[in-house]
Amino acid sequence: MKIGIIIKREYLTRVRKRSFVIMTILTPILFAALMFLPTILMNNSEKFDKKRTIVVNDETGFFNGKFKNTDVHTFIFEDKDIESLKELVEQEVYDGILYIPSTSLNLPVNAKLYSKKALPITLSSYLENIMKQELQKQKLLASGIDPALVKAANVDINITSVRFDENNEEKNIYNILEMFLGLGFGLLIYMVIFMFGNQVMSGVIEEKTNRIVEVIVSSVKPFELMMGKIIGTALVGLTQFMIWIVLTLLIYSAGMLAITPHEMISTGMMNEQAVTTDSRQMIVNAMEMANSINFKGILFCFLLYFIGGYMLYAALFAAIGSFVDNETDKQQFVLPISLPLLFVMVCCTMIINNPDSSFATWLSIIPFTSPVAMMMRIPYGVPYWQITLSVALLVVTFVFITWVAAKIYRTGILMYGKKTTYKEIWKWLKY
Amino acid sequence: MQPFIEIINVSKSYSDYKALNNVSFNVPKQSIFGLLGPNGAGKTTLIRILNQITAPDEGRIMFDGTPLSPKHVSMIGYLPEERGLYKKMKVGEQAVYLAQLKGLDAKTAEKRLKYWFGKFEIGSWWNKKVEELSKGMQQKVQFIVTVIHEPKLLIFDEPFSGFDPINVNLLKNEILNLRDKGATILFSTHNMASVEELCDNIMLINKGKMLLEGSVTEIKQQFKNNIFELAIQNFSEEIHIPDYYRITYCDKNQNGVTHLKIQTDKDTDSNELITSILKTGRLVSFQELLPSINDIFIKQINDKNNSQI
Repeated sequence: MKIGIIIKREYLTRVRKRSFVIMTILTPILFAALMFLPTILMNNSEKFDKKRTIVVNDETGFFNGKFKNTDVHTFIFEDKDIESLKELVEQEVYDGILYIPSTSLNLPVNAKLYSKKALPITLSSYLENIMKQELQKQKLLASGIDPALVKAANVDINITSVRFDENNEEKNIYNILEMFLGLGFGLLIYMVIFMFGNQVMSGVIEEKTNRIVEVIVSSVKPFELMMGKIIGTALVGLTQFMIWIVLTLLIYSAGMLAITPHEMISTGMMNEQAVTTDSRQMIVNAMEMANSINFKGILFCFLLYFIGGYMLYAALFAAIGSFVDNETDKQQFVLPISLPLLFVMVCCTMIINNPDSSFATWLSIIPFTSPVAMMMRIPYGVPYWQITLSVALLVVTFVFITWVAAKIYRTGILMYGKKTTYKEIWKWLKY
Repeated sequence: MQPFIEIINVSKSYSDYKALNNVSFNVPKQSIFGLLGPNGAGKTTLIRILNQITAPDEGRIMFDGTPLSPKHVSMIGYLPEERGLYKKMKVGEQAVYLAQLKGLDAKTAEKRLKYWFGKFEIGSWWNKKVEELSKGMQQKVQFIVTVIHEPKLLIFDEPFSGFDPINVNLLKNEILNLRDKGATILFSTHNMASVEELCDNIMLINKGKMLLEGSVTEIKQQFKNNIFELAIQNFSEEIHIPDYYRITYCDKNQNGVTHLKIQTDKDTDSNELITSILKTGRLVSFQELLPSINDIFIKQINDKNNSQI
């Protein structure tokens, strides 16, 4: 099959390009670096730091012995005046001074934390937290209320969204996660359609401008050449996704092993007091959240809509590439066909906020907008009939568009040095 | 003998003009056929129809006795006027790819390509990118990929443009070689000298219409003006020659040789002319002046264009 030879060439030349290799390998690594590096760096820097000693001059007397020593901080209470304490910091006996001037219970506490070098921000938030708790306790006691009573009166409110289906199977819903997934996949499919569509177009333009196209269409049908190009580029895209998924999983698991909950604490990601129970709870929550999402289903739909949406737009891009000679002409024709997808991106907040509105539903069924709009809705759960209808329409449209594009393409690639107008393209369609 | 290509009443219109208007001619087997005509005459359209890049609106084309169909694609080699290769692709890889599109398998393609690359002394360029090659080298590569699948019909559109004289010679010899090995060659050119040198038959086309067709010698005979060129030693003007021999040019040079041009009537036998002329002096040379294809081309096109005004 000659189309196979064309697909092979398209695939190999693109995959062997340096830019492809760099993009494919570097993207997940960069992404992971952005996610994990700050944590790892902060974490290690604290490990290498020596333990800090903070001297506390508490004129109020409320906080004596209330600051607990931790792995990284030691607290010493001394009543020396500030100037002599500063002297000691100068000599590096202490790393910082917490000065709490005397005040009455009804006035705000204006404490000062002196240091020569910068102290971690987590330290001051920890100090504020303890002082607040302590003073509240004192105030309650002063008003004759038992702090234990107040503690007992604390309540937690949790509203868990639960969705159930026909079989009455219940599923906890995490709106934030669905939103991120919807936006993420919507944006991703938008980007890849344009990225690979553009690659097809520049491939067509390249063949046309260096005139090899005439030799090739004397051996194969223009339709075969166009389809070979589109399919070859699609395979490049799929290869890239596969590598991305595998690399992301690898890096993610490696990263999770490297960052234990204990280390997340020291970087201030969690409250120091409630370390053990909270971190465990968080991991359980995260796993539950992850389980609540049907990742396999989403990935499957992603592939489906990538292929459908890409085929639809790539055929249009190929048709445009066949008759434009220069950059300005290109923009004139690319803009109108990008409008539907741009429109969806502009409306993305409306879709995400109300994924079951009729507006969002229509956008996700109309073929030109459906790849992006449907991917935004899918994490929230979409009825099967809608997906089926939308995919069926997408397939019908892309077959039709490919047919139209092929007609334009086979005339366009043999036209040289003539500026093409919409009127002329209309004529080509009728040949 | 059955013609290799028969073009029968072929017409092709684009939306606003007729690119080919009822064109019919035959290309004999194993011959070199020149397709002549000014720019925009319809040559490229005709070539594209033969390559099945476009289809004719009317008419038929027979390829070696069978109607032209997609199975003939692998039997045709086409060198377009606008040359082009993938600039970023390696030469060898690209040549193999183009050969595969013509139906060769990769191994055979590579074997044959090595032979041709050796012959054209560009073997060391196999792994270079096309953009690193000089224009002449790219042309050689393009020529090789045109003939690599040993096509029965070769179509060359301006094959010599862009070559230096040495390479033009190399190419001419290759083209003659290919014909001797059995290929039928159709070539379109403006280079009239090469037409006279290479072509067995020609056809002249203008504005979609065929003006004339036939073998080069026949056409020259058809358009000759019955002018003979003679050189005579000690030419004596006193001796009478018949009136129907009009002397159109006479120049006596120092060493006693006179150059003459004599125009005669259509049916004059050259022997008769010689007999009459022998009396005037000693004949040094005698030759019938035939029009060059270039003259015929210009005259025909101008006549046609003028008659339309």
